[in-house]
Amino acid sequence: MMHENVVKVGMADLNIASNGAILKTTGLGSCVGLTLFDERTKVAGMVHVMLPSSDIAREASINIAKYADTSIPHLINLMKQAGAEPRRFVAKMAGGAQMFAFTSNHDSMRIGPRNVESCKEMLKKYSIPLLAEDTGANYGRTVEFDSMTGMLLIRSVQQGVKEI
Amino acid sequence: MNPLHKLEAFKLDVLKEVGNIGAGNAATALSRLLDKPVDMNVPTVSLIPFEKVADRVGGFEQVVIAVFLRVEGDAPGNMFFLIEESSARKLLRGLLSMETSSEDGYSEMEYSALAEIGNILAGSYLSSLADFTQLYLSPTVPAIAIDMAGAILSYGLVQYGEMGDSALLIDTTFLEGREEMAGHFFLIPDPESFEKIFSALGVPNE
Repeated sequence: MMHENVVKVGMADLNIASNGAILKTTGLGSCVGLTLFDERTKVAGMVHVMLPSSDIAREASINIAKYADTSIPHLINLMKQAGAEPRRFVAKMAGGAQMFAFTSNHDSMRIGPRNVESCKEMLKKYSIPLLAEDTGANYGRTVEFDSMTGMLLIRSVQQGVKEI
Repeated sequence: MNPLHKLEAFKLDVLKEVGNIGAGNAATALSRLLDKPVDMNVPTVSLIPFEKVADRVGGFEQVVIAVFLRVEGDAPGNMFFLIEESSARKLLRGLLSMETSSEDGYSEMEYSALAEIGNILAGSYLSSLADFTQLYLSPTVPAIAIDMAGAILSYGLVQYGEMGDSALLIDTTFLEGREEMAGHFFLIPDPESFEKIFSALGVPNE
């Protein structure tokens, strides 16, 4: 067996990998793990989106990996630099859960679904087809993306393992 | 830069004391429930990068039982009571003399007992805090989840996400007898709440 190379993607972080390396991000709750893939060049990218839009940022200098609207264009550029062709990109994503369900009118309680929506809007904007998603519900997910096969592996405590 | 980086040592001490009082009352409540002495560590107050928050409870993927409630009122924030599974089973045995059913999964009864324990502890933490600060603090109905610590805690960090990559949290560990019970209290006040807490306690704002 080949030793698999795992590239970690932290919270509010993004990274790229290629030729069989695995992109991995752990403990997605309301955050979304979004992957882009160019099958021809085997270049993959993953972002761990924490918030839907940088419009709400109050940071002096924003962390572009944190927001759906800034991280996805940045990831596309990084992959382009690595030799991938954006016209061939396909996307998958997981996460965006509502970890706790209870009545509160606080906006941040619905952050999971808003993250998912915002990611979809960005994909539409860049005309990248969303091949598969495992989003919503009320449980956490750890995801691994295989840059050889384009398979997204999703692990959760309650639901076990699945591949999309 | 995150404005919380500017909190000086004195203010951190004040927050530590706030945690101490709240958690002290919660420890007393727990001790009464179990009819056993329960100790706690001196709370730590720290500004922690998001990536490191879950390390406090064994890492992002560590499975924990979490009772979460949103604090509303004068100084809003998020509150978590987290326990590891082994500690949860110990609690259930100690509290209800329940022989816990299986190693994987909880019965309805066990689940609601755990939610109630979290509810009592969080409630006593919060009410002593409200007394001490004279702030109006009202908890929402607690919600319970069994899941990865990272997924659970990140939910409480969203307010911080808008202003930086780290959060200020007050963390207390409980100990039952000699064994670490591995119960954690996290109080994560919203960034806007700090000034209110300080001014309620008579700490001058420069």
